[in-house]
Amino acid sequence: MYTQAMDTAPKEERKAVRSLEEAELERRFDAKIDEGGFIEAKDWMPEHYRKTLVRQISQHAHSEIVGMLPEANWVTRAPTLKRKTILLAKIQDEAGHGLYLYSAAETLGTSRDELLAALHSGKAKYSSIFNYPTLTWADVGVIGWLVDGAAIMNQVPLTRCSYAPYARAMVRICREESFHQRQGFDALNVMMREGTPEQRAMVQDATNRWWWPSLMMFGPPDGESVHGAQSARWGIKRISNDDLRQKFIDATVEQAKVLGVSLPDPDLKWNEARGHHDFGPIDWSEFWRVVGGDGPCNRERLGARVKAWDDGAWVREAALAHARKQATAKEAA
Amino acid sequence: MSRNDTTQEWPLWEVFVRPKAGLDHKHCGSLHAPDAPMALQLAREVYTRRQEGCSIWVVPSSQITASDPGDKDMYFDPMEDKVYRHPTFYVLPEAVDHM
Repeated sequence: MYTQAMDTAPKEERKAVRSLEEAELERRFDAKIDEGGFIEAKDWMPEHYRKTLVRQISQHAHSEIVGMLPEANWVTRAPTLKRKTILLAKIQDEAGHGLYLYSAAETLGTSRDELLAALHSGKAKYSSIFNYPTLTWADVGVIGWLVDGAAIMNQVPLTRCSYAPYARAMVRICREESFHQRQGFDALNVMMREGTPEQRAMVQDATNRWWWPSLMMFGPPDGESVHGAQSARWGIKRISNDDLRQKFIDATVEQAKVLGVSLPDPDLKWNEARGHHDFGPIDWSEFWRVVGGDGPCNRERLGARVKAWDDGAWVREAALAHARKQATAKEAA
Repeated sequence: MSRNDTTQEWPLWEVFVRPKAGLDHKHCGSLHAPDAPMALQLAREVYTRRQEGCSIWVVPSSQITASDPGDKDMYFDPMEDKVYRHPTFYVLPEAVDHM
């Protein structure tokens, strides 16, 4: 999932002076966007559009990759073989989603290694949600239900993003993401229906801990969103953070009822006049703290990624050396 | 190894998948792999986790020659006024119109 962080990078200034030719190219580009057209990798695009997309798509890719870590914590401790195979399939999907997205970002002219280096140095962000710990088995279910549920809400509009390679990657991802949400709800539902009182309490506790961070996944309120207006103009972001958040809350309230858990917000209630649920204030200071690097697991997550990359270096080098040796041998033959 | 040294990066491959027997292979994405056998193996893991295909082609991205998007108008517009290349251009007597 997970594209919230696009709103957290510093605002870049656009060049004031442009050549006449560039202005004409940009006019044509804008017209294409206005017609609802798609931009392909080799088409002319404004430098700022390119940068915005590299940042957003790579942050999205990093989130998929880092998102494997909280779930991996439970692979060896899944309660049954069935749940274990489901979890493994889901984690493999996250790796796949990361790869689709890195490929899309690379079409914009940034190499895979550069993208990874930005993650490993802490320069690039990933979704703040993965800096929370998975304390019990119920957390794995709640991640599917709430975190992947919020992700789907965020991602469906991206299948219509103006940058075609990103939109195509998102179509594929959205198709697979639905399994993630449903398996999570199913795991929780089994605990609520057939579980012990302790297991039901576990589901409630996990829901309480993940609710607010899930709402933060939609990014800062529209008024504070740094890139919102420009991204909307360019057809990168089709629906605003606040609208998506509201849609998610409205959908989730009903699901919580079916599951039999409460959501940890005393202000949450249906507002007939608005046709939506009202909800309590979100603690944005927590959001900014976690995005800034000081969440419960930031260091652990990044440390795990850097270690995996460094430990794998000899494998990557060996595979490449082998390939070159084979190629040379073939030429000589 | 420096992290930005792209000579150490595995080459890029384009992946084409045949969804089922009887259909064409269709481009579905790209991936990095050190050589062709690994590219095929990784393509299977990345692009056919749910039986999306029954055959895979991988091609080094550097081996693909593509038309220039800047030449799009010059290249493709000349076909615009050749309506006589389509069967619908010909108005035939009703009795034989379904030939």
